[in-house]
Amino acid sequence: MFRLQEGMGVWEHRGKVAAMGAGHSPTARRWDGKPDTSVGAWALEALRKAMEDAGVEPKDVDGLVISDSTTTGAYWPAGRPVPQDFLDRFEQTDDPLDGIAQLSTEWILRNMPELTNIKFVMTVPLCISLVMPAAVQAVGDGLTSTCLALKAWHNLDGRYYQGGANAEPTVSGPGKYNPFALAGPACYPTAVEFQRYMYKYGGSHEMLAPFVINSRRNGLLMPEGYWAQHRPEPITEEDYNNSRWVAKPANLLDNDMPVQAAAAYVITTAERAKDMRHKPVYVLGHSGAGTIGPGDYIGPVRWRGVFETLEEAEACAAANGRKILEAAGISAGDISFENMYDGFSLFHVFHLEGLGFAGLKRGEALDFFKTDITNDGPNPVNPSGGNIGGGRTRWYGYTDTIQQIQGRAGARQIKIPAEIGITGGMMPFSSMFMILSATPG
Amino acid sequence: MPRRSPIPDELDKPFLDACNEERLILQHCTACDRYQFPPEAVCNGCKSAGGLEWREVSGRGTIYSYGVVYDTPIAALQPDMPFNLAMIDLDECEGINMLTYLPGTPVDEVPIGAAVDVVFVPTQPTGQKVPEWKVIG
Repeated sequence: MFRLQEGMGVWEHRGKVAAMGAGHSPTARRWDGKPDTSVGAWALEALRKAMEDAGVEPKDVDGLVISDSTTTGAYWPAGRPVPQDFLDRFEQTDDPLDGIAQLSTEWILRNMPELTNIKFVMTVPLCISLVMPAAVQAVGDGLTSTCLALKAWHNLDGRYYQGGANAEPTVSGPGKYNPFALAGPACYPTAVEFQRYMYKYGGSHEMLAPFVINSRRNGLLMPEGYWAQHRPEPITEEDYNNSRWVAKPANLLDNDMPVQAAAAYVITTAERAKDMRHKPVYVLGHSGAGTIGPGDYIGPVRWRGVFETLEEAEACAAANGRKILEAAGISAGDISFENMYDGFSLFHVFHLEGLGFAGLKRGEALDFFKTDITNDGPNPVNPSGGNIGGGRTRWYGYTDTIQQIQGRAGARQIKIPAEIGITGGMMPFSSMFMILSATPG
Repeated sequence: MPRRSPIPDELDKPFLDACNEERLILQHCTACDRYQFPPEAVCNGCKSAGGLEWREVSGRGTIYSYGVVYDTPIAALQPDMPFNLAMIDLDECEGINMLTYLPGTPVDEVPIGAAVDVVFVPTQPTGQKVPEWKVIG
């Protein structure tokens, strides 16, 4: 399903697949324990809204792709019972946590009887950035003609990653020498790369402020986002520069905030897209970086030492840029706007420079952030607001890219023509990107 | 700086035993002339175990980069926040980098590019020694 190599040429289904509706559940910081706000309930809501947004009938949907997990750091406490009102409210599977702290296609289909014609079902690892290419490839390959693509996140009490192995006084296993065993915070490796980036090219952490401020501003215009819904606070330069360090040079505002939410998209053939509610958004190509196998495992591009260096991140990002442009059959200068991943703000510079967005070369992104990167300007950066602007979902880029091209991005609508956009992520070494276009090319 | 104790397994027992003797040894593949760390079952260059051996190395290195950890989920390290954790390149071993708390270097005063040398520090829970690096000169 995933294109990971260089030299694969133009995507074989370029312009023949379309990404259409986007459906979102509400967003919350954490689950409040009620059935109707469970991750399962919200997944159903997102799927139904996506179909409505695209203008498709449930009976016309014949495929469903989801990701295999609804968290990376919030685990259901062992022994805590599942609330009875949840069990009474929904059809269950054999897994008592289905719909609460995890999600299966079986649970979804049992609770969506209106989906009467599903013939293709797939579960992929990781997150929306794999769900979308898988759905797109499946439609292109003819495995499904109208496919729902879903990602859902749950979030519970407490902080991510506390307890478990992190509470032990010893470390075991192959990870015992890596940053997660020795430092702890997820942003530490990116922080180390960015520290080296500043050493190599000059620049300071403060120079990220315009990017983070702009991203939150855009996120506040994403109605489905956490900040827009619950805490409509812009970030000021003072806020950013005074924010507490997590792993310096990454501070709290450089880190995305875990939330509970679900989002779904309708992927279909270019032919069928013509009959849908809004204008077609054509997929020109998808590609990424990762290592497949064994089984369903998709791992990062392997680094040479205990963790990735700046040089490896830059090389990977450059390879990602070459691969996605090759797949889409375009050059970087053809891209109108970019919604690449910003889950830690710091590595956004690698994505921008690796792609060559706005003609950027290595080391130039921090100065670039001083120019007009707003949605009103010539080089819209992160017009969706991304994770910084909306919370840790990784999907606002897909929603926004579709809406920009369809002219439905509302207050976020970019002023230049929204012809071609790129979205996807995550870190350079484990990333899937997608290019969407107003024309099939 | 409270450190956690690594528990030896089949792959890294030679490495950790050597640390207890204050020697730094790394896996080296004679077929590829390539070091690797952490230790693995095969050489990641040629994907074979045939050329793998353990080689003692000097431990001299250079600070490549660092982070300062202010908020860790690792319980054992929380009392000592903020702390440095640096990535160092080993001079003799191309491509090898390792992580160190840089004992003796003040928090957030890490000199990227400085020369470092290995020291061996016991970890509290089991007494297992681990390699750390100190700025020299």
